[in-house]
This record gives sequence, structure tokens and C-alpha cells, in this order.
Amino acid sequence: MGVGVHVEKLNAWFGATQALYDVAMDVPANHATAVIGPSGCGKSTFVRCLNRMHETVRDARLEGRVRIGSMEVYGNGTSAVEVRRRVGMVFQKPNPFPSMSIYDNVAAGLKLNGFHNRRVLDEVVERSLHMAALWDEVKDSLKKKSGASLSGGQQQRLCIARALAVQPEVMLMDEPASALDPISTSKIEELIFQLKEQYTIVIVTHNMQQAARVAEYTGFFLMGKLIEFDKTEKIFTNPSDKRTEDYITGRFG
Amino acid sequence: MPNDLITPKADAPERSPSQQRLLDFRRKLTDRLATGFAALMAVLVIAPLLAVFSYLVLRGVGSLNLAFFTHLPVPVGEQGGGVANAIVGSAMILGIASLIGVPWGIGAGIYLAEYGRGSFATLLRFTADVLNGVPSIVIGIVAYALVVLTQKHFSALSGGVALGIMMIPTITRATEEVLLLVPLTVREAAWGLGVSRWRATLSVTLRTASAGVITAVMLAFARIAGETAPLLFTAFGNQFWNFNPNQPTAALPLQIFTYAISPFDEWHRLAWAGALVLIALIVGAVAAVRLVASRGMMQGAS
Repeated sequence: MGVGVHVEKLNAWFGATQALYDVAMDVPANHATAVIGPSGCGKSTFVRCLNRMHETVRDARLEGRVRIGSMEVYGNGTSAVEVRRRVGMVFQKPNPFPSMSIYDNVAAGLKLNGFHNRRVLDEVVERSLHMAALWDEVKDSLKKKSGASLSGGQQQRLCIARALAVQPEVMLMDEPASALDPISTSKIEELIFQLKEQYTIVIVTHNMQQAARVAEYTGFFLMGKLIEFDKTEKIFTNPSDKRTEDYITGRFG
Repeated sequence: MPNDLITPKADAPERSPSQQRLLDFRRKLTDRLATGFAALMAVLVIAPLLAVFSYLVLRGVGSLNLAFFTHLPVPVGEQGGGVANAIVGSAMILGIASLIGVPWGIGAGIYLAEYGRGSFATLLRFTADVLNGVPSIVIGIVAYALVVLTQKHFSALSGGVALGIMMIPTITRATEEVLLLVPLTVREAAWGLGVSRWRATLSVTLRTASAGVITAVMLAFARIAGETAPLLFTAFGNQFWNFNPNQPTAALPLQIFTYAISPFDEWHRLAWAGALVLIALIVGAVAAVRLVASRGMMQGAS
């Protein structure tokens, strides 16, 4: 089951440049929450702070508090590896491991953490690929073909399956459909719909229709600040901030 | 349609059919010339290699027989004999060199690519480049001072140390280069799964770059396999069988050297045959590693 994400006074920097200012947000469990805003507004940085990917960038730094379920993400005893095991991530560009078969791609999270029980792995791989709606397309070439041999849309679903296989509680998606064609995009959106029954989903998107379609909650970022966070319906029909209204009506961005 | 690119646009100057034909002919001619030039260069690269190899076959193949591979060298005047002990000795020395050079070189390459920042990394890169240019005889002297003088006797071990040191810079720099070619997104995918940094580096980044790393190792191996100078006062050579890495040991390049500088025609023939065998063994080893490595590759992996 998914857990909620609680963010408090989150500030993030790249070197001397501040990317996030005092962001506070309560992401509800088992719902999809969209993060929208113009390019460079900090929305990717925001989700990368939730699973401690932000700190992998050189000179990147951060202050504030993030709690996922009962886990203090930046607590003293919490390791980044532990956080990332519980918070899955799907990236903007599909990034399957090119040297691994489809099967090994999905099993990678478990195998690389020292889990080798074949029967369980087989089960997890099949279940994850089913959930990612990819099983029927790849079941005959699981171990024969490389993950990189699939089409772009298939690769992205493979990456979703790979993230699901480690059974995270929260799933972060950083513009997961922005590099895909409309049909693959709608497949991914359908998937998000099903996944939120079991997971908490935070999805960054450039596409406001997409946010309206898949997410119950939406946060609007502008220049590193969270301007408004509310029910998606409210954001798109009756935003309380003028800047949100300007953005969603296409006056800038 | 690629044709759209070369058909004139609406605002391009009008051309008569004959002008157009001339233009087409010029384009085709340029294309042929460029292709021909590239082909010529390719031939020029392969030609010396083929010339060396065919000359070796011509001069050496006559002295090749089963005994050459199974017998010990014989004294001057006696017929027959072989270089079996030198083949075994070379394998032993190259094995020791690889045990030293491959993990060391790959490890340093990983450090430079994944963690190497700041002045220490710059120093390391500079040192590797300088080491790459140090004459092999100097490396031999280093191994002599480090191993031979300490142990007070020549050995396969000291030869392996000399050749192993020579492998390190080539492998280090090439490993760094190919690891840096692996996109950051692939590393991020592994980190995002909760895979620890060292695990991600070994099982994802290094594995993704494995074809390039193998090429680097084979290049370094081929380069040292024919080295003679560093072995002169380390492995030293041996007229008899030796399987003890801590004793003076025969090596093919040394044996070829001994035969080649001798005044005897029979020994000259043996030197040619030895050179042929050395080249064939190197080509065979490189091809075998490539074959085994390519089996592990996935269909469609890029």
C-alpha cells in the first residue's frame, strides 16, 4: 500500500543557484498528484528531492524535511539507498539497462540487492510486466532480447515494471510520457490510473491535460516556489492564485 | 523522403536539363572519389599488416612441425628441436602480467570515471599518460630493481610484473573513456532502484561498457605479448622446462631474439617460425576472448 509524503520547508540549491524555496506539500497516500509548471520552475528538482536523487548531482545541496510514511528521508539514520528502495522512480527518457535482457532489467532491483531465488524472481518479473501492461508483448523474448531493443513506449513501460518489481510505496514519475507518441502516452496514463490503487504517485508533467486526466491533486510551481496546491479540479477551474490562472489559461509558460 | 533534400527549392535558380545533368554528374563523381579515397586508406592500413604476416608465413612455415610445439630447444648443430618451453613460459608470464594489469587498470579507470575529480585525479591521469610513454626497457629495469634484486634471482614473476605495469596505463585510460560514454541516465536508473553505488558501478555501468573494456584489455595484452626488452633481465630465458613462476623462464620473444642474433642459419629459420607462432598465438587469444565475450551480449544491445 502507498503512504503519504510530507514535505516541509524544502530548499534546494545547485551550487550557488537556489532551485527550490520553502516548499511545503502533503501528498496524500494512494492518489496521483501532478506537479506542473513552466520549464526550469523546479518541478523535477522537487521530485528528485523526495528520493534523494538530488544529492547525486555535484554541488547540489538541500535543507528541509521530507517524510515518507514514517520514514524521515533526510533523517540521521536513513540511507539514500534505503529511501530509493521504498520510493521508485521513472525518468523522462526511457533508460533500460542496455546490456541486460528484458527479464534481467525487471529483476535488476532485486538481483543487484542480492536476491536470487529463481522461482520468486520469475513470479515478480511476470507480475510486474503484467502490471506495466507489457507482458503480452515481451513474454516470448524475455531472456533473448535486450531491453534496448524494444520501442520507446515499450522501454518506458519496461522501466515502470522495473520500478514496480522492488515494490515501492511511492512512485515518482518525471515526465514519463514526454518522449512518447500519443498511443504509448495513453497506455502510460491508463497504467497510472491502475497503479494508484496500490501506490502513491507523484507525476511531473508538462502536459496540463495529462495532469487533469490522471491526478486528483495538482501542485503548480513557478520559479522554485510552490504557488498553489489543491484538488486538480480546483486548480483547473477556479485557482486561487492569479499566476496559476495565467499559466493554465496559457498566458505564459 | 531523402530526395527532398537535394531537389531544388522553389526559390532556387532555374536550371536547364543539361545543367542539372552536369550537376548530378559532379555529385556522383565527388561521391565516388570520397568513397574511393576511404577505401584506399583502409587498404593502406591493412597492407603492412598483411605484408608482415605473409612474409612471416613464407619464411617461418617451413620450419614448423609438431616437434616445434612439443620439444625443447636443441644445441647448435643438432637438427630439430622446438620452443615448447618458451610457449609455456610466455603463457605463464602473460598470465601473471594480466593478473596484475587487468584488475589494477580497470580499478583505476573506474576511479577516474566515477569518482575522479580534483587534483589527485588530474595527477593520476597525467601519471598514466607518462607511464604509457616510458620505454619498455625502463619498465624492465624497474621490475629488475623491485623484484629481481630483492629476490636475488631472475623469474617469470619479475617478467610478469614488468609487463603488468605496462598494461596498467593503457587499460586505465581506455576504461575511463568507455565508462564516461555510458549515459548518466543509466546510472540514475540503477541508483533509483536503491542499488548501492559500488554495485551500480560494477553491475550496471561497467557491464554496459564491457565491450569497450574488453577491447582495451585486448589492446594492452597484444601490445605486451611481443615485448622483449623488459624480459631480458627479468624472466631472463631458460633452455629447459620450467613451471615454477619463481624461476628463470623462457619466453617466445626472448627465444626469437636469441635465435635471430645468432650466426647460424638453422637458428634464423627457427626465429622466423617462432615469430610466426607468436603472432598466431596473439591473434588467436584476442579472437577467442572476443568470441567468448560476444556470446554474452544480448540481441539488440547497443
